[in-house]
Amino acid sequence: MGVNTYYANRQGFFLTRLDQMTNGLTNWGRENSLWPYPFGTACCGIEFMGVVSNTHDVSRFGAELVRFSPRQADLLVVAGTITHKMAPVLRRIWNQMLEPKWCIAFGVCASSGGFYENYSVVQGIDHIIPVDVYLPGCPPRPEAFFEALMLLQKKIQQEKSGSHDVLRTPQMAHLRPDAGESR
Amino acid sequence: MSQLVADIHERCGADFVGSHEHRGDLTVVVRPAALLPLLSWLRDRSVDRYDFLADLCGVDGLHLDPFVMGSQSSLKASETGGLHIWPERFQVVYHLKSMGTGKRLRVKVPVPESNPEIDSISSLFAAADWAEREVFDMYGIRFRGHPNLKRILCIHSFKGHALRKDYFIKDQQWLLEDNEALMDELGDVGENADDGGFSELIPLNIGPAHPATHGVLRSLVKLDGEVIVKSVQEIGYLHRGFEKHSENSNWTQVVPYTDRLNYCSAMLNNVAYCRAVEKLLGIDVPPRTTAIRVIISEISRIIDHCVCLAACLVDLGALTNFWWLFALRERAYEALEGLCGARLTSTYVRIGGVADDLDALFIGRVRKLLAEMPAAMGDVLKLIEKNRIFLDRVKGVGVIDTRTALSHGWTGPCLRATGMAYDLRRAEPGSGYDGYDFDVATRPDGDSWSRLMVRFDEMIQSMRIIEQALDKLPAGPVLSDDRRVMMPNKEEVYSSIESLMNHFVLVYDGIKVPMGESYAAFEGANGELGFYTVSDGTGRPVRVRCRPPCFYLYSAFGRLIQGAMVSDAVAVLGTLNVIAGELDR
Repeated sequence: MGVNTYYANRQGFFLTRLDQMTNGLTNWGRENSLWPYPFGTACCGIEFMGVVSNTHDVSRFGAELVRFSPRQADLLVVAGTITHKMAPVLRRIWNQMLEPKWCIAFGVCASSGGFYENYSVVQGIDHIIPVDVYLPGCPPRPEAFFEALMLLQKKIQQEKSGSHDVLRTPQMAHLRPDAGESR
Repeated sequence: MSQLVADIHERCGADFVGSHEHRGDLTVVVRPAALLPLLSWLRDRSVDRYDFLADLCGVDGLHLDPFVMGSQSSLKASETGGLHIWPERFQVVYHLKSMGTGKRLRVKVPVPESNPEIDSISSLFAAADWAEREVFDMYGIRFRGHPNLKRILCIHSFKGHALRKDYFIKDQQWLLEDNEALMDELGDVGENADDGGFSELIPLNIGPAHPATHGVLRSLVKLDGEVIVKSVQEIGYLHRGFEKHSENSNWTQVVPYTDRLNYCSAMLNNVAYCRAVEKLLGIDVPPRTTAIRVIISEISRIIDHCVCLAACLVDLGALTNFWWLFALRERAYEALEGLCGARLTSTYVRIGGVADDLDALFIGRVRKLLAEMPAAMGDVLKLIEKNRIFLDRVKGVGVIDTRTALSHGWTGPCLRATGMAYDLRRAEPGSGYDGYDFDVATRPDGDSWSRLMVRFDEMIQSMRIIEQALDKLPAGPVLSDDRRVMMPNKEEVYSSIESLMNHFVLVYDGIKVPMGESYAAFEGANGELGFYTVSDGTGRPVRVRCRPPCFYLYSAFGRLIQGAMVSDAVAVLGTLNVIAGELDR
């Protein structure tokens, strides 16, 4: 956070730069209270249920408040295969989420299409929306999701103020920018 | 020739093409003109009453050897397994079953490539409605008289037909135009023509991104206040091309894909698929393997029911049960993980056996699971069994009678919840469950409450089966010694040329299943999980058709929620346990 610890410890006050402090505090808040939107479509969605259930307990990482409204969530967990039929829906959900927002591609299907290299499956959701963390596994174990979550937390820690939107240009290789909006 | 075939021959006359029996499956082939009267006769007036349409699918014979099939063929049924009767490129295959006698019959109808059109049988069997749409979607075969013939799994703008052999598997088509509207199907229900089409009814879209639809189901409903007047279902949001992949893999490579059909009970799919291929091969597995398969199948069934009940209860607002049931599920996964290394997607069963033998650790874990289950289930039941709020939401909601359910192709727990004690573990000999003492759980009412309670009852029966299987687990090998499917020991490979060649061919070409076709059904967690397999002897399947229980369950969903409230629809959907991987494949 750029805090001068000498003054903080000895004198009861501390010195820092305003932008550094707000940035660090915001990031600290963001990384420890991620509200996931589980876009669970397939097998990985079942394993994501394992992530939030009592044995593994994602609340240890502050991300247990699962929201099914994109307006209330800031972490999109795409757990499962995304087909071409589903692609505009996913894009729309992502567009509906408010900044700042992050995305984890949970499992190989979401990351790359997995072993479904065929006519109906999107070969990785990064064709449609930006992805922060790719998580391999078919499906990944709950512990693997925690690692992805911690990686994301590290990434959020290092984010600079105001840089969030700029850094993440969605790759719109195939879908129209407004796909999914017109229905 | 049996009496039935003679009767069919007499009824169809010149439209009768042929019949054959392979691996115990009786098949008759008739021309399209005879289809509708024949099926109607089979259903209502034949001796056995083939009143249940188990499945309906298409097959494309484009790459079949012309010297095997068609008019040039001089081969006999025993040499081709029935594939010599293949007069046209496409065939539509109807799997019928007589619920009274338990006999099965396959009716095949050749469909020419030039004019792929046959009669729809949706007037005879409600189950045919969606199944015919799928055949149309995948093969482009049109069904005369079908009420709503449009694509069901692929995107509506899809060009070509995905399961035709000349459609390249990787030919992707993006959904660019927003033409997935369902409004046309809803029609003008409630619209007042005098008032310029004004309607008091409110159209409401539910899903696919909706917590109660489990992410992939979509319904469009028209509401009068909160009452659903009409609803239309859209599926296919998780269509991953299982059947196309199967045709592009060898027989062993299909096993991992079957894991991901019903991913809540992957082992059951493995077992069902491998049994189907074993039937086509005509090989038996050792008794220990059969017992192991029973154990893992029942553990999978318990897991599946846990997930179904937990998800349904969460949808209805009862979160606590979710924790308890999922704690149970984690115990079961621990055991399976120790066995095969994966939690969900196991790929544990092999054609001709299972991958590994059980060890003491696994047996200990299963015993522990069995010991913990009654308490956990008791906790859950305590919360819901006399809970007025819960009972009001599920009792008398989504009622269906046995007759309608059968017409829609219902099987499994949902059918048993209508009072019919139909369980393939009991009904079909050779399912591996002979000699086990268990009851077929039924409930009489056919409502959502019954569908939930049947699952609780079945979990108890599964526990009984597992206990018996563990107690009398036979000793012996877990792999078949049939060299057509199993590699020889390493010592033999290094010491004899025959074994080396055997090893080489199995690795290089895969298992070569002889020519023929068969249908094998297994009691999956949701009902009859059938695999219809066609082989031309090349080592790659011509067709692997999965008969998905969910598909037929969900086809009745619109009927179940008509006149119900939106919140009832959530309850009904939860109790049907629709698993998208199996629904859309």
